[in-house]
Amino acid sequence: MLAKDIIKPENLVYQKTKLMTDNVLSYCPGCGHGTAHRITMEVLEEMGIGDETIGVAPVGCSVLAYEFMNIDMQQAAHGRAPAVATGIKRCYPEKFVFTYQGDGDLAAIGTAETIHACNRGENITIIFVNNGIYGMTGGQMAPTTLPGMRSSTSPYGRDVNLMGNPLKMTELVAQLPGTSFVSRQAVHTPKHVRKAKKAIRQAFELQKQKKGTTFVEIVSNCNSGWKMTPVQANQWMEENMFPFYPLGDIKVPE
Amino acid sequence: MAKVKGAIVIDYEKCKGCVICVAACPTSVIEMAKEVNSKGYNYAYPANIEECTGCNNCAIVCPDGVITVYRAKVEA
Ligand SMILES: Cc1ncc(C[n+]2csc(CCOP(=O)(O)OP(=O)(O)O)c2C)c(N)n1
Ligand code: SF4
Ligand code: SF4
Ligand code: SF4
Repeated sequence: MLAKDIIKPENLVYQKTKLMTDNVLSYCPGCGHGTAHRITMEVLEEMGIGDETIGVAPVGCSVLAYEFMNIDMQQAAHGRAPAVATGIKRCYPEKFVFTYQGDGDLAAIGTAETIHACNRGENITIIFVNNGIYGMTGGQMAPTTLPGMRSSTSPYGRDVNLMGNPLKMTELVAQLPGTSFVSRQAVHTPKHVRKAKKAIRQAFELQKQKKGTTFVEIVSNCNSGWKMTPVQANQWMEENMFPFYPLGDIKVPE
Repeated sequence: MAKVKGAIVIDYEKCKGCVICVAACPTSVIEMAKEVNSKGYNYAYPANIEECTGCNNCAIVCPDGVITVYRAKVEA
């Protein structure tokens, strides 16, 4: 059977979800943001809640997430997405509300908003894309930058005596009573994508049951900031990021 | 015996040449073109399409979501 005989509508098994627009993503080649966007939208599509969901975009490379996610979106000031999401959810308690944030956004300027939204147990989902760096502004050190990791503001590697220790936001929010589901995933291989999607699905299912804040970290790459090819960056991520940020569920409902 | 065969379509103009899909394919279907698209990226193309099983791996890891997958049962 020739490919042209297989490529027919009745044989279609996978195509980009309609909840992603046709706009070309503004991300660098191989950047995990695109995959994280797409699987989030696939979950909404599979749950049939695209029309009932409001997303909040951050400041960072994914500031334009509203151009790509084909649902109602609001863009928040840097780090304030959980506060904005709180307001939206309290006005529209029957809507699904989520934030999509980078590590500079969520773990630096937005630390207070993140922790307090989780501690209040706001019934929202937080998708946290951790690439260990400020991608958009040129690869500066973030609170999540690994010990010894090079960035444009730690060119000889992060010296923890001088620059402090990396912050594990996900373990931190897992300790708060307001969170019901906290998980850390990745999206660089098919196996990881499938698992990450399951975690995002669980987060939205628990939001439906009004179980409090659900939080999914995605450990991702920043090829441009790390100054590697996408394939090298994914390998570097496995060797260096995963030992420090181990994947898996950190908190699940009792 | 019925065998499953797959095929993929890549939107060459939207491909950014990141090579992530190449490593994800268990049957080495995808290679990078020597030619570039209008953005200047060497795009991915299904060089060995006969080997495709329609497993979706390439499509679900493509950050830009430019791969569409088809699968059919073939009577051998
Ligand atoms: C109030 C404010 N402070 C600083 C900035 C500059 N700024 C823009 S993006 C960014 C960091 C984004 O990093 P991250 O959240 O890790 O996202 P990434 O780009 O890596 O996806 C900073 C500091 C800003 N836009 N607004
Ligand atoms: S700078 Fe980094 S995080 Fe931003 S789009 Fe490029 S690879 Fe992705
Ligand atoms: S669908 Fe599977 S077998 Fe076919 S090209 Fe993609 S990864 Fe390879
Ligand atoms: S993963 Fe997607 S964007 Fe990257 S080379 Fe393959 S088809 Fe192109």
